[in-house]
Amino acid sequence: MTTRKEFIVSAIENGTVIDHIPSKNVFQVIKILNLEESDDMVLFGTNLESKKYGKKGIVKVKNKFFKNSEINKIALVAPKATLIVIKDYQITSKQVVELPDDVQGIVKCFNPNCITNHEKVETKFNLVDKEEVKLRCHYCEKITDKKNMVVR
Amino acid sequence: MKNRSLISINDYTKEQQLRILDIAEDFEKNPRQRLLENYVVATLFFEPSTRTRLSFESAASYLGGKIIGFSDTSNTSVQKGESLRDTIKTVANYSDVIVMRHPKEGSARFASEVSHVPVINAGDGANQHPTQCLLDLYSIRKTQGKLDGLNIAFVGDLKYGRTVHSLVQALSQFNCKFSLVSPLELKLPSSVKIHIKENNLEYFQTTNIEEVIPNVDILYMTRIQKERFSDPMDYEKIKNSYILKNDMLQNTKSNLRIMHPLPRVNEINEDVDDNKSAYYFQQALNGVYVRQALLTSILGLK
Repeated sequence: MTTRKEFIVSAIENGTVIDHIPSKNVFQVIKILNLEESDDMVLFGTNLESKKYGKKGIVKVKNKFFKNSEINKIALVAPKATLIVIKDYQITSKQVVELPDDVQGIVKCFNPNCITNHEKVETKFNLVDKEEVKLRCHYCEKITDKKNMVVR
Repeated sequence: MKNRSLISINDYTKEQQLRILDIAEDFEKNPRQRLLENYVVATLFFEPSTRTRLSFESAASYLGGKIIGFSDTSNTSVQKGESLRDTIKTVANYSDVIVMRHPKEGSARFASEVSHVPVINAGDGANQHPTQCLLDLYSIRKTQGKLDGLNIAFVGDLKYGRTVHSLVQALSQFNCKFSLVSPLELKLPSSVKIHIKENNLEYFQTTNIEEVIPNVDILYMTRIQKERFSDPMDYEKIKNSYILKNDMLQNTKSNLRIMHPLPRVNEINEDVDDNKSAYYFQQALNGVYVRQALLTSILGLK
């Protein structure tokens, strides 16, 4: 049996399904993963019904299997996302993305006076609040939160 | 603490902070020792400062150390567009320890990561100024004989003042009571207040300075900057309520000391300078001993 959502966003033979993305962040996930440049088939849906979260977004990428560093990037805008690896129409693994305690080089520090916005320095943050997604800059010690987070 | 950079006050544990204060006490008794005779201290001030730079240079000079550096960037390679990384890597080759002030937040932490000699942060933008914090702790302990159980009032700009933030954080390790006096627009941020709360310490917030004067052991004054207000009328309304005058100091505890990180503009009237409670100039002098203690302990000499 297929579920209703799979009728809406059709199934893939091989690749990755990113489920439980907040609807409004679907395009951000696509951008972060650089799927705009992808030559493979990319399917997405927003405002789909979800038992867990009311409404959700979903992205399916054919023939693509993500590395850990890419998964970390997703967690910043979709902390509750599930990564489902599909091979031959079958689910081979399912994993809930997890925010890393240290975030390196992905997020831009929101503080315009931070040295990382003036020198060639890789940004580095400590996750200080997992629920609210608050990152403390290792350099300027200011907190970048969800509403002013820019993902590089 | 040999070879340990000091960037943020919490890079040092409470015990390490107290150890610096103990060493500083020895230097106060005898500031002229030839301990740094064969050492070179670099003072890199990418932004102007009088007190902090001169106090570091005085500290090193009394100990016989040589000083290299600059007090503004106008005739340095920085003007040619040299990166901070390159400047620091170069100067690290010429010196045993780097003291730096820089307008960008996080610059000192970054410098400590690219330098092979220890770095002392002498102020990075609005972020940290740990040596000011240590000299404030030294001044409080010296005048009160202890750091525990004191009632400490912070007055003025509690929102943007980096000295206030580091000192509140440091004093939260001791059993102090805080009186936070500021206009509503310039209240202590919750990211700093959390240190008081985490330690279950008592604090009291008010907009009225006269209310706290009779009860406190330390009155820590700060400058209110006009540019912090979005509405100039708001500034005009409150600016005079935070000017300390001598006649406000009639009913105080005998051990009260008035501190200020300096420079002051008008928030402490000059008629307070002769009051026996005024301590801000002595406080600035204590900075020399504390910086001597830091330099020698980071270089492994103490």
